[in-house]
Amino acid sequence: MNIDLSVKIGSLTLRNPIMLASGTVGYGNEISEFTDLNKLGAIVTKSLSLKPRKGNPPQRITETPAGMLNAIGLANVGVEVFLKEKIPFLKKFDVPLVCNIAASTIEEYVECTRTLTREETIKAFEINISCPNVREGGLIFGNDLNAVAKITDKVRSATDKPIIIKLSPNVSYIATFAKAAKENGADAVSAINTLVGTAFNIITRKPKLQNVTGGLSGPAIKPVAIAKVLEISREVDIPIIGIGGIMDWKDVIEFMIAGSSAVQIGTLNFIDPSAPGKIVKDLEGYCEKMSVEKISSLTASYIL
Amino acid sequence: MFILNAPVEETIEIDNRIYLLKVNALEISSIIKPGQFLNVRVSERVSPLLRRPFSVCDVDGEHLYLMFNIMGEGTNILAHKPKGSEIDILGPLGNGFNLGGDYKTAVIVAGGLGAAPFPYFTRTLTGKKDILSFIGGRSKDDVITYNLKNVKEATEDGSRGFKGNVVQLLEKNIELLKSKKIKIFACGPTPMLRALKSFCIKNEFDCEVSTECAMACGFGICQGCSIESITEQEKYLLVCKDGPVFNIKDVVI
Ligand SMILES: Cc1cc2nc3c(=O)[nH]c(=O)nc-3n(C[C@H](O)[C@H](O)[C@H](O)COP(=O)(O)OP(=O)(O)OC[C@H]3O[C@@H](n4cnc5c(N)ncnc54)[C@H](O)[C@@H]3O)c2cc1C
Ligand SMILES: Cc1cc2nc3c(=O)[nH]c(=O)nc-3n(C[C@H](O)[C@H](O)[C@H](O)COP(=O)(O)O)c2cc1C
Ligand code: FES
Repeated sequence: MNIDLSVKIGSLTLRNPIMLASGTVGYGNEISEFTDLNKLGAIVTKSLSLKPRKGNPPQRITETPAGMLNAIGLANVGVEVFLKEKIPFLKKFDVPLVCNIAASTIEEYVECTRTLTREETIKAFEINISCPNVREGGLIFGNDLNAVAKITDKVRSATDKPIIIKLSPNVSYIATFAKAAKENGADAVSAINTLVGTAFNIITRKPKLQNVTGGLSGPAIKPVAIAKVLEISREVDIPIIGIGGIMDWKDVIEFMIAGSSAVQIGTLNFIDPSAPGKIVKDLEGYCEKMSVEKISSLTASYIL
Repeated sequence: MFILNAPVEETIEIDNRIYLLKVNALEISSIIKPGQFLNVRVSERVSPLLRRPFSVCDVDGEHLYLMFNIMGEGTNILAHKPKGSEIDILGPLGNGFNLGGDYKTAVIVAGGLGAAPFPYFTRTLTGKKDILSFIGGRSKDDVITYNLKNVKEATEDGSRGFKGNVVQLLEKNIELLKSKKIKIFACGPTPMLRALKSFCIKNEFDCEVSTECAMACGFGICQGCSIESITEQEKYLLVCKDGPVFNIKDVVI
C-alpha cells in the first residue's frame, strides 16, 4: 500500500505530521546528530525576540510526576544573530523551518516578522503569545482576547507566509482565542503551550524554581492538551497543531483523531532525541496495519 | 555523541551505600575523557521522566563505570539494575578537564560524591603528572577514596583524618602546595566550591571545577542548566555544553 503521510497547514505542505516544538530543539544543530531532520514534517525554532534575551536565573527546571517544569524565560540569541549564525546551518536541510517569535510589544512582533520574512529558508511563523515565564508577551497577551486579535492582525500584514498562533492553555475557554486568531488572518493555531505550575522544596520551603512558577510539559499534560485540541476542533474551522506530552506514535494518532492536522514533539526530545525519526516510521506502520491511505484522513475523525 | 543500550555487567556496592555500575559501551568508552559525563535513562516509563547525569567514574577497555549513591527514585532504580539488563546512555557529554599545561602536580579536591570523576582522571594522569588527592566529607562514611592516589582525608566530625573541611586541610598544607607547580581539579558540594574559590584566588592557584545542576537534555537544547558567567554578562553559560568543567574564576558558584 502506498501511504501518504503528508499533511497541510494552510498553504504549507509537510511531508508528515511530525514537527519539533519550539524551545525543545534549540536551532536544530544538536538534535540533527540523532534525528535526520530531512525526514521530519517541520522544525520550529526556539522563540526569537528582536534583541537577545538572557533568560531567567537558575534554577530553571525541575522534574515533576511524568513531567517537568521550566522557567527558561525565552533565552535566545535574537533575530540578528539568528539570521547570521543559525540560518546557514538550517539552510542545509530540506525541512520546512518555522520561526517562533516572542515579543514584549505588538510592534516588536511586527518588526521581528518583517525582518525574518525576507529570509527564504523560513517557511512559516509561529507566534508565541503564551509563554508562562515572562510577564509581557507571555501570560498577559495570551490571556487577552483583544491583544491576540491585534497581534494576529498586525503580524498578518507583515508577512505573506503562513502564520500559526500558539495558544495558551492557561485560559478558561481556548476556542475563543482560536476564533480570534482565525478571524484576524491566522492560517493555523498550535495548542498547547505549557501549563503554569509550581513545586516547593519541603525542607527549605522555597520554590524549586528561582522564577517561582514554571511551565509544565511532558506526558502529565497530554489529556489537557487533547481536550483543548478537541475544544478548538469542535468550535473553530482552522488547522490545529497538537502539542503536549507526546511520547510515541500512539499519542500522535490520538492527537490527530482529536482534531490535529499535525503535531509537535517537545519534552521527548530531551529524553530521546532520536524519537522523532522513529515516530515517523512507526506512523507509517500504523497506517499500513489499519489501512489508512492518507494520514490526513485521521484529523478530527473522532466519534463522539 | 551516542545513544546506546549498554549491557549492565555488574553493580557493586563498594562501601557505605556507594554503588559502582559497570556497563559495556565501547563507542563511548573509547572516546570519553575525564570530567565528561553521561545522561542515563533509568527506565522507559514516564516517571522518572528525565535522564539522570553521571560523571564517567572510570574506564577500562570497553567498560564504563559510574559511581553514585541513592538520592531518589532514579538512582534507586539504577542501583538495582540486574546483570544482563541494559541501560540507555547518552554520551559522552560536556567538555571534561583540561589535563594539559605546564603544572607538575595535579591536586584533586573532592567532597562526598564529588570524588566520582577522579578514578578515571587518576588513571589517565598516572605516569604523566604527580597526583595529590584531598578528599573530604561530613564523617568517615562520606569520604570516598576509591581508586585514588596519595590521599589526604578530612572529615567535619573528625571521624577520619583531619578534623575540618577539605579547604581547611588545603590551608594546612599550604607550604607543600606552594612548593610545587600545581593545578587544582575539584568537584563537590557548593559550600566547598565557594570556599575553594576564595582559597584559589587568594593563593593564585589555577583551578578547574566540575559543576552540577538540574539538567533535562544534557546536550544543549533545553537551556535548563544555566550558570552565571563572570566574563560574559549578557548571557548564561550552559553547564552541559560549556561545562560541566569550568575554570573556577569564570563562573559564579
Ligand atoms: C554533570 C553532572 C554529573 C554528575 N555526576 C554524578 C556522579 O558521578 N555521581 C552521582 O552520584 N551523582 C552525580 N550527579 C548528580 C546526579 O545526577 C543526581 O544525583 C541524580 O540525578 C539523582 O537522581 P534521583 O532520581 O536519584 O534523585 P531525585 O532527587 O529523585 O531526582 C533528581 C532530580 O533532581 C534534579 N537534580 C539533580 N541534580 C540537581 C542539582 N544539583 N540541583 C538541583 N536539582 C537537581 C534532577 O533534574 C532530577 O530531576 C551529577 C550531576 C551532574 C549535573
Ligand atoms: C524547556 C522548554 C522550553 C520551551 N521554550 C519554548 C519557547 O521558547 N517558545 C514556545 O513557544 N514554547 C516553548 N516551550 C513549549 C513547548 O514548545 C511545548 O509547547 C510544550 O513543552 C508542550 O509540549 P511537550 O509536552 O511535548 O513538551 C518550551 C518547553 C520546554 C519544556
Ligand atoms: S541540560 Fe539541556 S541545555 Fe544543558
